[in-house]
Amino acid sequence: MMLEAKNVTAGYDKVMVINDISISIGEGEIVSIIGRNGVGKSTFMKTLMGLLKTSSGSIIFDGEDITAVKAHNRAKNGLGYVPQGHGIFPGLTVEENMRMGCMINSANEKYNFDMVYTYFPRLAERKKQMAGSMSGGEQAMLSIGRVLVGNPKILLLDEPSEGVQPNVVSQMGDIVLKISKEIGLTVLMVEQHMGLIQQVTERSYVLDKGSIVASLTKEEVNDNNVIKQYLTV
Amino acid sequence: MTYLYQFCDSFSFLILSAMGLSIIFGMMGIINLAHGEFIMLGAYITTFFAVRNVPLPISVALGAVGTGVFGFIMDRLIISRLYSRPLDSVVATWGISLVMCQGMRVLFGSSIVGTSTPLGSFTVNGGKFSVYRMVLAAISLVLVAAVYFIFMHTKIGLYARATMQNCAIASSLGVNSNRMYALTFAFGSALAGLCGGLYAPTVSITPDMGSNFMMESFVTVIVGGTNPLVGTVISGGVLGLVRSFLEIGFGTFVGRVGLLIVAIIFIRLVPKGFSGLVENIRKRIEVKKNEKI
Repeated sequence: MMLEAKNVTAGYDKVMVINDISISIGEGEIVSIIGRNGVGKSTFMKTLMGLLKTSSGSIIFDGEDITAVKAHNRAKNGLGYVPQGHGIFPGLTVEENMRMGCMINSANEKYNFDMVYTYFPRLAERKKQMAGSMSGGEQAMLSIGRVLVGNPKILLLDEPSEGVQPNVVSQMGDIVLKISKEIGLTVLMVEQHMGLIQQVTERSYVLDKGSIVASLTKEEVNDNNVIKQYLTV
Repeated sequence: MTYLYQFCDSFSFLILSAMGLSIIFGMMGIINLAHGEFIMLGAYITTFFAVRNVPLPISVALGAVGTGVFGFIMDRLIISRLYSRPLDSVVATWGISLVMCQGMRVLFGSSIVGTSTPLGSFTVNGGKFSVYRMVLAAISLVLVAAVYFIFMHTKIGLYARATMQNCAIASSLGVNSNRMYALTFAFGSALAGLCGGLYAPTVSITPDMGSNFMMESFVTVIVGGTNPLVGTVISGGVLGLVRSFLEIGFGTFVGRVGLLIVAIIFIRLVPKGFSGLVENIRKRIEVKKNEKI
């Protein structure tokens, strides 16, 4: 198993947002967690990354219990987190944003600048531009590219489709699929964009009111009737 | 010539005294009310060595390093508990300043023997000018260049700027934000100590000497805004110009009052200071560039 959450409960102060979540993702898998707005998807991602404390339960990454490990050390262990809203540094240039990804997976010295610039030529064209002045789609690409530079073991994508125009979303999906194949990258994606979920994921967990309520196979994910009942209000 | 000299003097005074404060404020959002006392500490350490015949440059360096170490300890003991509480940090640092000021008085009395201003003076058109003050002006320029280099061209500088913009995201990419803050505070403190050390030979060394630096450095930082480089340098330049003209025309007192009045008017008109002003202009230019593409 690449990443395992066992009975994880977490939230803000005394209000618990996610309850008793258990999931597991094998090496090289592309798994998604789907659900409507406000069910705790992003909270769970932040907990996996260590930006929120785990109140109970444990998180195992690549054979190591990282429940007590701080966020910056989780990054160094190889978790590549792409936050909701892209989380780029607006006042740094594109290139400087990319260099911020170098610390991820610090055990390996390989940096994928060339690969990222090949997949996202837009970023190569705009190296010297301030990241804050780019469009939503370009910021999403920068956010993913930045993490890939450090050669992470797993990519944690938190609603990458947010604020991105539809044709760019499917283009992004293609790139994630290609890269995952090329370097054997494991991907965990939180999404509610049906097209992107069906395009890239191999199986899905359904999150509702802070708990996992269903687990879907590839066929169920691709069945519009099944997936719609979990995504529409 | 008098104007130029006076301007260089004011400019270097404002830059040297404000740089440490503005880095701590801009990076961490902490208003360090003990900044004046950190300057005082730097002056004490420098004087302590200088009167024992240690060469002045080394004494100044020891003053800067000593104050930096002191700042690091303060950060670990007190400031690190207040990172997300700017108002509480004001009270805490004010407390630190009182303890430092009175502590020095208890330990060393109401003043210590200082060193004399080195390097003598030069004469132009019958006016006598201190060489050391010109050296200080040169040092302030070197300092600005050095800080610029550290922030824009080193890894640590990149991590610092990223942490300043979004602490959570920076740590999710592997930056140890606590260590970043501790380093920043120590660096800002060391710059305060450097300022104290550099001015130690020119002023009398007393426990409350920090207050002489406090007003000017705060005004410079407030007028400059949150960007420690752009803001501080421009505001140091403009305020230095204002102060030197007023001082030559109407004396030191009017110079200080005028400085405050200009600062108040400026902040009323441009609340985000020079940093905000520069940022707006930069954005406008970038938007125009994008329109062309």
